[in-house]
Amino acid sequence: MAAEHLTPSEYIGHHLTFFEKSIGDGGFWTLNLDTIIVSGILGFVSLGFFWWIAKSATSGVPSKRQAFAEICFDFIDGQVKGIFHGDRNKFVAPLAFTVGVWVLLMNAMDFLPVDWMSKVLPEHGFRIVPTADVNTTFALALTVWALMIGFAVKEKGVGGFIHELFCAPFGSNPLLWPLNFLFNLIEYISKPLSHSLRLFGNMYAGEIIFLLLWMMAAVGLVGSFFAIIFSFGWAIFHVLIVALQAYIFMMLTVVYIQMAHESH
Amino acid sequence: MNPNLTLVAQFIEFSLFIWFTARYIWPWLMRKIEERQKLIADGLAEAERGRSSLADAQKQTEVLLRDARARAQEIVVSAEKSASQRVEESKAQAKAEGERLVAAAKAQIEQEVQSAKQQLREQVATLAVSGAEKILRREVDAKSHADMLNQLKAQL
Repeated sequence: MAAEHLTPSEYIGHHLTFFEKSIGDGGFWTLNLDTIIVSGILGFVSLGFFWWIAKSATSGVPSKRQAFAEICFDFIDGQVKGIFHGDRNKFVAPLAFTVGVWVLLMNAMDFLPVDWMSKVLPEHGFRIVPTADVNTTFALALTVWALMIGFAVKEKGVGGFIHELFCAPFGSNPLLWPLNFLFNLIEYISKPLSHSLRLFGNMYAGEIIFLLLWMMAAVGLVGSFFAIIFSFGWAIFHVLIVALQAYIFMMLTVVYIQMAHESH
Repeated sequence: MNPNLTLVAQFIEFSLFIWFTARYIWPWLMRKIEERQKLIADGLAEAERGRSSLADAQKQTEVLLRDARARAQEIVVSAEKSASQRVEESKAQAKAEGERLVAAAKAQIEQEVQSAKQQLREQVATLAVSGAEKILRREVDAKSHADMLNQLKAQL
């Protein structure tokens, strides 16, 4: 294993390095190719799979493949139905479907052993979990945030939206306007932050714990034995986290958009 | 923890995926599932209708069966009645026929008795004439005594 020639911090650092491609001056003009490529492939494969099924779906007796797609569909539809009260089929349910499927698969990349990629690309870092990249989670959360504001404006009009910024939740007394506005400001800032950092933190921590456990394998046979045992335990626990975080992310997306539709 | 241009790339990917799902996956699956739901609901309603119409048919069958049985009973009764009536009739006919035969026979017998009596009269007259002829041999003429003999015949 590569770690025999590295210090532990080098090993971990290596696995926490993105496959970066600079396309301009300054730190911002960088693309994390690993994140973009892996998430893109996952999105194409998973949504392509569902598209393939939907294209040839029959309203008669479904094949097992179609039944699988319908179970996923029905699960997400049921969840959205419980939260969102408008016409969900036009946009909100497909959004939840995209988020659920895509985030679940991106999280699930955590199950692949990180050292495989460093065998394929030894001189580069390659982080295979796109949701352990803050860019992905921020991008998702900010998109949802923009949709949230967009839906709020669409639902209440620009005037209604601004009115609500100043007059909710405490009341429309002019003395309360600053307080209301501050409250809403904090809410609008904290929503995308908590939304994205929750997912990122869980995935990132999961990755780090795997790295720490696998580092035990560097100290020989006994260490490898325990590394296997502990990693197995953590992997089982991580299955729960992966699914749970994807679920939470999806549900929060729907909840935020539903909240944008409610007027106070 | 250093946000960079990847953010924008991920935003674009995410938007495209949402668009794709909303355009090509969700509505298609939704349509098929709703079609199937309708199909199943229709089928269930159809089955319910079928069941109720079966019950109706059974009820109708029972009514028809009861009617048929009653009619059959009626027919049997009337057949029995007409059969016994016919037996009575033919008995009466036979009796009448017998009586007629008996009467005819009686009449014939009567007639034969009469004709036998007639013959006897004739023969008795002839015998009497021939007896008288034998007795009176000479002077008796059958022609001249015919009136007297006829009177005798009428008296017999």
